[in-house]
Amino acid sequence: MHTPTHAPAYLAAELRLPTNGLDYAILAIYFAVVLGIGFAARRSVKTSLDFFLSGRSLPAWITGLAFISANLAATEILGMAANSAQYGAYTVHWYWIGAIPAMVFLGLVMMPFYYGSKVRSVPEFLLLRFDKGAHLLSSILFAFAAILIAGVNLYALAIVVEALLGWPQWVAIVVAGFFVLAYITLGGLSSAIYNEVLQFFVILAALIPIVVLSLKKVGGWDGLTDKLTAAHGHDFTTAWGGTGIGHANPLGANWLTIVLGLGFVLSFGYWTTNFAEVQRALSAKNLSAAQRTPLIAAFPKIFIVFLVMIPGLAAAVLVPEIGTSASGLQYNDAIPYLMQELLPNGVLGIAVTGLLAAFMAGMAANVSSFNTVFTTDIWARYVVKDREDGYYVRFGRLITAIGVLASIGTAFLASSFSNIMSYLQTLFSFFNVPMFVVFIIGMFWKRASMRSGFWGLLAGTVAAMVNYFVLYKNGIVDIPSDQGANFVSAIAGFVAGAVVMVAVSLFTKPKPEQELQGLVYGTRSPGAAEPPAPGDEAWYRRPALLGWGAVVLAAVCYIPFSI
Amino acid sequence: MSESENSAHRPAGAEYDVQREVEELQSKSATAARIFDLRRIIGGLFVVYGVIITITGITDSQKAIDKAQGVNINLWTGIGMLILGAFFLVWLKLRPTTTAEEPESE
Repeated sequence: MHTPTHAPAYLAAELRLPTNGLDYAILAIYFAVVLGIGFAARRSVKTSLDFFLSGRSLPAWITGLAFISANLAATEILGMAANSAQYGAYTVHWYWIGAIPAMVFLGLVMMPFYYGSKVRSVPEFLLLRFDKGAHLLSSILFAFAAILIAGVNLYALAIVVEALLGWPQWVAIVVAGFFVLAYITLGGLSSAIYNEVLQFFVILAALIPIVVLSLKKVGGWDGLTDKLTAAHGHDFTTAWGGTGIGHANPLGANWLTIVLGLGFVLSFGYWTTNFAEVQRALSAKNLSAAQRTPLIAAFPKIFIVFLVMIPGLAAAVLVPEIGTSASGLQYNDAIPYLMQELLPNGVLGIAVTGLLAAFMAGMAANVSSFNTVFTTDIWARYVVKDREDGYYVRFGRLITAIGVLASIGTAFLASSFSNIMSYLQTLFSFFNVPMFVVFIIGMFWKRASMRSGFWGLLAGTVAAMVNYFVLYKNGIVDIPSDQGANFVSAIAGFVAGAVVMVAVSLFTKPKPEQELQGLVYGTRSPGAAEPPAPGDEAWYRRPALLGWGAVVLAAVCYIPFSI
Repeated sequence: MSESENSAHRPAGAEYDVQREVEELQSKSATAARIFDLRRIIGGLFVVYGVIITITGITDSQKAIDKAQGVNINLWTGIGMLILGAFFLVWLKLRPTTTAEEPESE
C-alpha cells in the first residue's frame, strides 16, 4: 500500500452500532454469495494458468474494477477518511497526482512489455530482463510483504468488527480468514477477482448514503467549507495552500516533495510494480484489455476521493476535538462514527457489509498474488522443477491455505506487537521504490546489465530505509512529519537505486541483444503481436484516449481546490 | 494460440521460454469457456438487496427517518440498488456471453 494507512490502534468502545436482525441478514446474504462464487468458479480451473491468472481470459471491465477494488481495501477507506479529518483537502493528492499519472503510465507505456512478454508475475519479468539474483530477491520480498499486509488487513478488520459489532477479535480473524481461504482455494484468481468486482459496487452502496447524509448534516458543501475555514483556516480546504518550500503545513511536505516523492516515486512504484495490482491486468483476455485495465480503473479512482474525503471533513466539523483525547474519537473513527450517527437499520447493514467486504478483498488481493509468486516464481523455478501442471495447481491450493494461516498468525502477532507491525509496514513500503527504478531503467536502457537489477534493487531499498530509520528517526535530518519523511525517503531510494544501476552496468556485461526482444523499449517480441479483437477499434476503447482523458480530468479536478 | 508458430523464431540462447510455456497453458485453459457470467451475480444480488432495502424504506418509522436527517435513505438507496441490479441483468440479456458454456467434461 502506498497510502499512509496503518492498522488503527484501537477504535472507541462507544462506537457500537445499533445493528438488528435485518442488518445481519444482509451480511449473511453477502457471505453466502462470496462462497457461491468460489464454488461456481471452481469448474473453470483446469490448468495452473487458470488458477493463478484466470487463463488470461477476462474482459477489461472486470479486470479494471478488480484493479481499483484491490486498492480500495478498508484500511485505505478508513485511513483516507482519517487523513482528511486530520489534514483536510490535501487528501486529493493521493488520488489525482498520487495515482492517476502512474495508472495511465502503466496502461499506455508498460503494459505492452508486461502483457506482451507473457510473464505470469512481476518478478518473472525481472527474471527475463535481468537475472536470477534480481528475480529471487524480488520474489521473496514480495511474498513476505504480501503475507504481512494480508495479516495487517485481518487485524484491522478484527478491531473494527469488535468495536462496531462486539465480536471478540479472534472470532472476526478466524471467520474472515476462513472465507478468504475457502473462495481462493476453490476458484483461484477468478474467484478473487469476481469478489473484488462485487465488493466495488457494495462499497459504493455503503459510502454514497454516508456522504449524502453527512453533507446534509453540515449544511451542504458550502456549509462544510465555511465551517472548516472558520475552524482550521483557508488552507484546510485547498490542495496546495501552504505547500510552498519553507512554509510549515500539517502534512510536513512541500509541493516539490509532493510531486516528486508522492506523485512520482511512491505512486509509480506502487501502481506499476506491485504485483497485487498488476496481476489483475495480466489476467485480461488480450493486450488491449490489459492496457485498458488500469485506465478503466483510473476514472472511478478520480471520484472515489470524494466518497472518503467528505466523511472525513464532515467528521472534523461534527466532532471538533476528533483525534484528541477530549473527544474519545480517533481520526480513524470518522466513518464508523458517521455510520452510527446517521444510518438507520437496512442501509446500516449495507455499510457494515461494505466495510467487511473491503477488508476481505484487501486481504484476498494479497493472498492471491502471494500464492502466484510463491508457486511460479519460487517453488516451480528453484525448488520442485518440471513437474506436471496439475501438481502446481495442487501446490497453489496448498500454499494458499498456508498463506492464509500465516496471515492469521500475523494478525494475532499484530494484536500484541502493534508497534513492530507498523514499523515493518513502513519498511516494506520502501520496497516498491527500487522496484520501480529497476523497471524503468531496465525497460528504457538496453545497456542496463544483467547484474545491475539485483544491485539496484538492494541499494535502493537500503538507501530508503537508512534515510527513514537512521537519518529521520534519529533526527539527523529535520523533516516535520512521518508523511514528509516517507516522501523524502522514497526520493532517496530512487536516486540511490538509479546511481548504483548505472555504475554496475558500466562495469558488467550487458544482456545479449536478442534476449531483450519485447522486454526493452524499441524492441518487439516475436509472437507477441496479436490481431486486435473485433470491436476493440471503437473510439471509446482506444487506450490513448482513455489514458489522456483520465489525466486531463484529474487536472481539471484540481482547479476548484487550487483557488 | 494464433502466433505460436512464431515462438520457433525465439533465439535458441533464450534461457527461459516463458512465452512458449504460457502459450501452451493458455491453449488448454478452461476459464474462458467455463467461467460463469459475473453480471448475473451482481444483478441478482443488487435486485435482492434493492427489494429488501426498498421495503425497509417504505415501512420505516419516523425515528429512522429523523436519524437520517429527514431523508428516507433506505428508500432512495433501495431504489438505487434496484436500478443498478436491473442494469446488469438487462446488459446480460442484450449482450449475452459469446462463448457457449460447455458441459462439464470430467
